[in-house]
Amino acid sequence: MLIADFPLFPDQASTMASKVDNLYLFLIALCGTVSVGVFLTIFYFAIKYRRRPDNEIAEDYEPPKILEVTWIVIPSILFLGIFVWASWVYFQLARVPDNSLQIYATAKQWMWKFQHPTGQREINELHVPVNRPIKITMASEDVIHSLYFPAFRTKMDVLPNRYRTMWFQATKTGRYHIFCAEYCGTLHSGMVGWVDVMEPTAYQTWLAGGSEGSLASQGEKLFQKYACNTCHTNDASGRGPVLIGVYGSSVMLSDNTIVPADDNYIRESILNPQAKIVKGFGPPSVMPTFQGQVSEDDLLKLLAFVKSLGSTRTAAPAVASPQSSTTTAAAQTTKEPKKKP
Amino acid sequence: MTTTTLHDVRFIEPAKTRNYLNEDYGFFSWVLTRDHKRIAILYLISVTIMFMVGGFFAMMMRLELLTPEGDLLTSDTYNKFFTLHGIVMIFFFLIPSIPAVLGNFILPLQLGAKDLAFPRINLLSWYLYIIGASFGTYVIISGGVDTGWTFYTPFSTQYSNTHVFATTLGAFIVGFSSILTGLNFIVTTHRMRAPGLTWFRLPLNVWALYATSIVMLLATPVLGITLIMLMIERVLHVGIFDPALGGDPLLYQHMFWFYSHPAVYIMILPAMGVASDVIAAFTRKRIFGYKFVAFSSLAIAFLGFLVWAHHMFVAGISVYSAMIFAFLSFFVAVPSAIKVFNWTATMYRASVSWQTPMLYAMGFIGLFTIGGVTGLFLASLGLDVHVTDTYFVVAHFHYVMVGGAVMAYMAGLHYWWPKITGRMYPEWWARLAALLIFVGFNLTFFPQFILGYLGMPRRYHAYAPEFQVLNVLSTAGASVLAVGYALPLVYLLLSLKLGRPAGPNPWGAVGLEWTTSSPPPKENFHETPVVTWEAYDYRGMMKAMGETQNV
Ligand code: HEC
Ligand SMILES: [Cu+2]
Repeated sequence: MLIADFPLFPDQASTMASKVDNLYLFLIALCGTVSVGVFLTIFYFAIKYRRRPDNEIAEDYEPPKILEVTWIVIPSILFLGIFVWASWVYFQLARVPDNSLQIYATAKQWMWKFQHPTGQREINELHVPVNRPIKITMASEDVIHSLYFPAFRTKMDVLPNRYRTMWFQATKTGRYHIFCAEYCGTLHSGMVGWVDVMEPTAYQTWLAGGSEGSLASQGEKLFQKYACNTCHTNDASGRGPVLIGVYGSSVMLSDNTIVPADDNYIRESILNPQAKIVKGFGPPSVMPTFQGQVSEDDLLKLLAFVKSLGSTRTAAPAVASPQSSTTTAAAQTTKEPKKKP
Repeated sequence: MTTTTLHDVRFIEPAKTRNYLNEDYGFFSWVLTRDHKRIAILYLISVTIMFMVGGFFAMMMRLELLTPEGDLLTSDTYNKFFTLHGIVMIFFFLIPSIPAVLGNFILPLQLGAKDLAFPRINLLSWYLYIIGASFGTYVIISGGVDTGWTFYTPFSTQYSNTHVFATTLGAFIVGFSSILTGLNFIVTTHRMRAPGLTWFRLPLNVWALYATSIVMLLATPVLGITLIMLMIERVLHVGIFDPALGGDPLLYQHMFWFYSHPAVYIMILPAMGVASDVIAAFTRKRIFGYKFVAFSSLAIAFLGFLVWAHHMFVAGISVYSAMIFAFLSFFVAVPSAIKVFNWTATMYRASVSWQTPMLYAMGFIGLFTIGGVTGLFLASLGLDVHVTDTYFVVAHFHYVMVGGAVMAYMAGLHYWWPKITGRMYPEWWARLAALLIFVGFNLTFFPQFILGYLGMPRRYHAYAPEFQVLNVLSTAGASVLAVGYALPLVYLLLSLKLGRPAGPNPWGAVGLEWTTSSPPPKENFHETPVVTWEAYDYRGMMKAMGETQNV
């Protein structure tokens, strides 16, 4: 009974798990051999050459100097090999596959909030389909947290000042731990949850189980609520630039530098408009700062909306769910010009 | 001027009359002393108290973790305890332990000097330590602090409502104590070596203390600046690290680890020095590859400044900078590996004694090796993503800092105890304690490697039930460890009265400190020593002894 409660190895439930584990096992074998070798040698020498009356003073013997060169060169070569292998794994952990299903996460003291592109929101619980790369774009509302999926062998710190993106592809259905791995205050150890890996059909059923409209369409409502649409109209008549097609493009700034319009650019445009000003619109920019007025949740929705404006001509939406799909939301918003108040 | 050579190493008459302990009596003769030996004793008492305080917090945490639920302490109390454990153990015990206690006592003796270069500054360092420690004590008494010893922003500057300011001020002040100690050691090593004591005749302990001092002098100011910036942000709300005020939280992490990674070497380098001296003395042999070991201390001190961001592989640095820092982290391991292999090779065809200091030194090599190789796991980028911020890291750094630094501190304390006090400790009890510490240590921390790989995050007050068995093992180990640490406290104190008089050189060790009486006189040496032998010249000593006996 105790043995069952005494696992030595975590679940291997993602495409990366076995790659990380192989590296781990190799290091255990290598370092274990070296360490045990050192222990046994010390122990053996300590017994064999223990101090006895006929052995009061050590023999006048120095091991050959070449030994030292050996144990500088051999570890260095091994280290180089491990370094390359480990970096290879790291690159894969860092590179988000293109066809990933997009999910948004906000961390706050002391809970995880997940939002699906179709609008479902969950707290401390995340439903994902098996065998499909999942990409999580995330930010924190307060302190630094760290989203950790031990069964998927991946974690990433969640920062309060920018979006970060992590990914995994689950390979086994089941329920696995979500932990916060960066100490974040009183209930740090309570900032935990479960990721539910489901068969794709079960996932579709779950998705159909109700939502408040897609994230992008919620974002569109906020776009009006915060009066963004007063400046960002669909033609050049507004006081701000047209946002259609901005996401994913390159933007020319007032100082003639060109920056990619990615998640963090959009985020900064909203929270700190003066930082990067679009050419022809300042400086100073007339756009007010929304720092402190838009919550992280709303920011993600606005981001989803701006994204839907930009990505229409390129990619198909991530989730092809029959109802309330992002396609329609995005298509509608691009076609109908927004009404000015 | 007479010459002290190896001929009379063992046969000096112990000075029965005057030594640094009975030179003066009274409270003020201690707290106003400028004698490095007395200051070392002051430090010894202070860090021992701090070790007990830090140990208490550790024990409470281990008891809490017996069960998965958070039942013994509240979350806030638990968070304060691990924070205080870290702060007390790192800033007030580990960093000053070997340099300020053993180094302070032994360095001038090993150099054949009367004192450190700046005795008054040395006393000032201790007062700064005490002022810093008073802030620490104030924090503990008035309700604690809950940021973790790393004080990560913006939690520490905006969200924590505990005594962050007083704590960082304390750490800031105690930093100056290490800066001044480092400065003092560097100047002393350059300027005060006895005639004939060339750099390559220095014991490796001196090399290690020298390298440590460089790190203390260069890295600690960065900690000071970082903590000042943190205090400014917290109190005056000037945005430096907090994004809500326009700052950058990663900047804090870079600055903090720029100090705190080298700080790891402040703890481990002197441990390596002590281990080298002890191994030489108890194998009666010159350390194999003396120069490699000496220079590897300097190499570690230097490379140690270039690897700080390996604490931040998932924190938000770019993939390429992660690669550079990982690469350098592997190479900081090379000089440590050299040392481990050289110590082992030293034991070959040696005369190995099983006395307590050597037991600790062997334990040190073993545990430090495990600490070191698990560091390779953490430098392996793809693997670090999974194990960083878990118990794997906790186990790793306890292997380095407790298995390494504290084991070496115990080795050094027992090795030099006869010199410090003039009395022998009880060998049998000491061996028992060493064994308990070794077993207790492994039982406490080995399970934590497994826990970490299973995914248990660090700093968790409550945890998932499947982690319980390993946590129970760990707590059981901690109790054994506690007994192991309590024993020396008792028998060392008792030995002050009951211990057999040690004589100048109870171990038959080579080194200037063993040529003077135990305890040494106030001015350390009766006559200025002149050094004519290499470090660890055991053959020379034995030859000389043979001649003396034949006369
Ligand atoms: C008072 C008018 C005004 C309002 C209201 C306003 N903006 Fe802007 N916005 C601008 C101007 C002018 C610029 C271009 C200058 C700059 O980059 O700051 C801009 C730039 C942007 C950009 C970058 C566009 C690009 O082409 O790179 C984004 C994204 C954006 N705004 C989003 C929003 C959102 C979301 C809101 C509502 C929460 C909003 N804006 C409200 C005037 C406004
Ligand atoms: Cu958290």
